[in-house]
Amino acid sequence: MNWNKVYGLSLRHFYLIKSSFPRILDLIYWPSIQIFLWGFISKFFTLSSSYYNNTVGVILSAAILYDFLFRSSISYNMMFLEEIWSRNFTNLFISPIKLKEIIAALTLTAIVRTLIGTVPAVLLAIPMFGVSIFKIGLPLISLLLSLYLFGITLGLLVTSGLIRFGPSFENIAWASLFFLAPLGCIYYPIEILPEWLQITAKILPLVHIFEEMRNILINDIISYTQILLAIVISVFYFIVGVTIFYISYAGAKIRGTLINIGE
Amino acid sequence: MKIEVKNLEKKFKDFTAVDNINFFIKDGQTLGLLGPNGCGKTTTIGMLLGLIKPSKGEILIDGINFDELNREKILSKFNFASPYVELPKKLTVKQNLEIYGRLYGVKNLSQRIYEISDDLNLGLFINKKTGELSSGQKNRVSLAKSLINKPEILFLDEPTASLDPDIGDFVRKYIEEYKSKNKISILLASHNMKEVERLCDEVIMMKEGKIVDRGTCNSLIEKHGRNNLEDTFLKIARNKNELE
Repeated sequence: MNWNKVYGLSLRHFYLIKSSFPRILDLIYWPSIQIFLWGFISKFFTLSSSYYNNTVGVILSAAILYDFLFRSSISYNMMFLEEIWSRNFTNLFISPIKLKEIIAALTLTAIVRTLIGTVPAVLLAIPMFGVSIFKIGLPLISLLLSLYLFGITLGLLVTSGLIRFGPSFENIAWASLFFLAPLGCIYYPIEILPEWLQITAKILPLVHIFEEMRNILINDIISYTQILLAIVISVFYFIVGVTIFYISYAGAKIRGTLINIGE
Repeated sequence: MKIEVKNLEKKFKDFTAVDNINFFIKDGQTLGLLGPNGCGKTTTIGMLLGLIKPSKGEILIDGINFDELNREKILSKFNFASPYVELPKKLTVKQNLEIYGRLYGVKNLSQRIYEISDDLNLGLFINKKTGELSSGQKNRVSLAKSLINKPEILFLDEPTASLDPDIGDFVRKYIEEYKSKNKISILLASHNMKEVERLCDEVIMMKEGKIVDRGTCNSLIEKHGRNNLEDTFLKIARNKNELE
């Protein structure tokens, strides 16, 4: 791994973010709107629901964590799409950069984009609704790590599709997370799902992450087994994502799509 | 650095884009790659740059198969410029050169950016966003990017397409001067026959994926009984029997 090249490619995206104030505003705007919306819904539920009445802001915390996942995946996709939109794809792939360096650069830069959007929303939730995700305590780091890994994995799968099918796959990029959201049990416990879907849901890390979040906030119990399971599943999917990315790249070289993907 | 292409073929399903071609680029040579649109030039360049996997045949770099060499090491000695491939538009010229300098592992990068900007007169717009430049300026920036790593082999795809005669002449003159001062081999794909006559030591003519003729510009003009390379190109492109 040549970190100078990773830094070089990351710089490309930092310069892009830095060059445009509306771009930064756009990164902050959507997560903040989400927090306002879910903040009021959460407030209503805490006042009206017996399930949630002991813990203020469980739904809002779930919304923040889900937004973190959403932003990390979208950030990854967006940076890859930027190369296609700017017709820079060929220049990038003929430069002496390894695929793993491209993945590393996008992964590292995606966290910056994600934090630009999420941190203001997290901070906003404290004075506005009296909700702080920091109440989760140290396990929050592990939950965020799992979410980030899974978000990047979804980004890798979408970028693999972009390499394989070209820019027409772009719409899938936006839809990918909404497809998994119902199975993720973000706002409700897994028992709500039909039994057969519960089995499917359990092979995703999301269920374990959001169940654990509720476990900590509502029952004040930390299950390290569940936290570890979420990380292991996320790492497994990440490895699958990287493998599929490499396979797509090899396939694109056979089909010759790398040379004119922006056109 | 020398490139040898042996029995190279590329099939996309049933369509043969490149059909068993053989050629070499000698050390320090400028080789022209000519042919009508869709004849396989871009696919050939794509294979040489490692972007397209050949269906058959091999590409030898200094006698060693491309696939057996360290991809990154080889690509750090190559570069490519084409008006059809752009640099990120929202980044300044300097930022783009800095990024590609880092990707190519250029040492003393600031100094190299200064040198190349000075050579190609980029100074006036080096801090402007690439998307705000004129075609001529963009073209020079693209050339600067392609030379940032002082490549040993440079691939140029229609480097002066859509440029006015003055800027076109500036670019051609610059390539000539650069080549005289640096040890570099060039593969030039172009539809501008005057440019090919001026820059190329030798040309290969492609048609329907095959190489149909090769030689120096003068030898081809003479062989086909024409007055210039443009007429020679037209004769070859329009003659159905030339493939036989």
